[in-house]
Amino acid sequence: MQKLYNSKEYQKYVDKKSPNSKLGLNMLKAFLTGGTICVIGQLLTNYFNSRDLDQIDAATLTSMCLILFSVILTALDLYFYIGKFGGAGASIPITGFANSIVSPAMEFKTEGYVMGVGAKMFLIAGPVLVYGISSSVLLGLIYYIVK
Amino acid sequence: MNTRMGKQTVLFGKMPYMAAAAAIVGPYEGDGPLGNSFDKIIPNDDNGEKSWEKAETKLMKDTYQLLLQKGSTTENDIDYVIAGDLLNQNIASSYAFRGCEMSYLGIYGACSTFGESIGIASMIMAGDFAKQIICIASSHFCSAERQYRYPLEFAAQRTPTAQWTVTGCGGVLLQKEGTGPMVESFTAGRIIDQGLKDANNMGAAMAPAAADTIATHLMDTGRKPNDYDMIVTGDLGAVGTDICRDLLSQYGFDVYGIHNDCGLLMYDRNKQDAHAGGSGCGCSASVFSAYLYPKLQSRELTRILFVPTGALLSPTIIQQGESIACIAHAVGIAG
Repeated sequence: MQKLYNSKEYQKYVDKKSPNSKLGLNMLKAFLTGGTICVIGQLLTNYFNSRDLDQIDAATLTSMCLILFSVILTALDLYFYIGKFGGAGASIPITGFANSIVSPAMEFKTEGYVMGVGAKMFLIAGPVLVYGISSSVLLGLIYYIVK
Repeated sequence: MNTRMGKQTVLFGKMPYMAAAAAIVGPYEGDGPLGNSFDKIIPNDDNGEKSWEKAETKLMKDTYQLLLQKGSTTENDIDYVIAGDLLNQNIASSYAFRGCEMSYLGIYGACSTFGESIGIASMIMAGDFAKQIICIASSHFCSAERQYRYPLEFAAQRTPTAQWTVTGCGGVLLQKEGTGPMVESFTAGRIIDQGLKDANNMGAAMAPAAADTIATHLMDTGRKPNDYDMIVTGDLGAVGTDICRDLLSQYGFDVYGIHNDCGLLMYDRNKQDAHAGGSGCGCSASVFSAYLYPKLQSRELTRILFVPTGALLSPTIIQQGESIACIAHAVGIAG
């Protein structure tokens, strides 16, 4: 049979036929989810401040607590649902980063602690680390020169 | 007499009989509208095993055993098993039949595997090379996710066009002499690539392949869509089904009212979160074995065209910027 469309035409045709994600609703959900996580973080920081910790210590402890919550929720098969509901609102905060490291560690445990957990743990978070650290080194250099 | 008709179709002179069919699925599939039709529903996705790959292997092994039992035959009387799945190196199939006595042929056609298997088996039988052949295919949501997408607990959203890999295995026992629905024709598909690169919209990628194979089959045989009670594709899902019907009408074949899709039959998309519908080798295999086969047997359906569809991609080739190559095979079956 002859092709009815060329690649470009077909892509256009498919775009017309395929339902889009509900952008408005998804953004609202992401805002609520991300906002809730940040509010929890702020409440923790306020609490640590009230216990006479300075801002740096309070922020460090807040990050540690949020990571712990995320790890526990991921292990209990609950963070998946938060991510499904909240999308980027659940994956951008530090809790999402923790989830992206714990989930492959759990998934690939069947291949052993070295080639499974060890090798696959940074499957998703790896690129974030590589480009996050690289760009901060680059910005640090620029700051050093400009200063 | 066996005949080759047109470009890609073979008609069987002495048609192989489908003596028995069996299907075992996962709990999510069991909750779907076909839940009562399956032979067995496993209570947990892990199927009592320590890894998803082993769970899928066991799923196939158990379906095979059940199939032997339903066909009242034994392993020694089987000449070939032709099996396939979605996992790298076809391991669910190979390990399911490790230790078995009969000749094993492992095939890969992505989600079209079941159709490919029945087609090859029928041709072997038409060539008088076998008396009994088992055709079987499986997929597992969890083993497919870790191979093609993300770890299960990774919190990611799916697009509305994404499909849900069926946890399930289906198989049929073909016999040279016997009773049951008969395989009358086979149109082996050609690879069609319309240039789509979105692995989250495989229905749209596969639809042109399905339309091509169906149209070719109808041209080759000189038949019309309503010569069939049902033309049923493998796993086009909602988006692909819509496109396939539209493409076929552009080819001049009206299949509205005749066409159905196993991916749409599998889940209740209003109640279950399966997005565009089911996919995977196990989708067409288990829907055929549990839903279509009994209808053919009771002659509620007298003639169907069964068209499993496959997206022949791997994550590696997509990451390298390639588009999705697709295929569909059509098997004509008379009740």
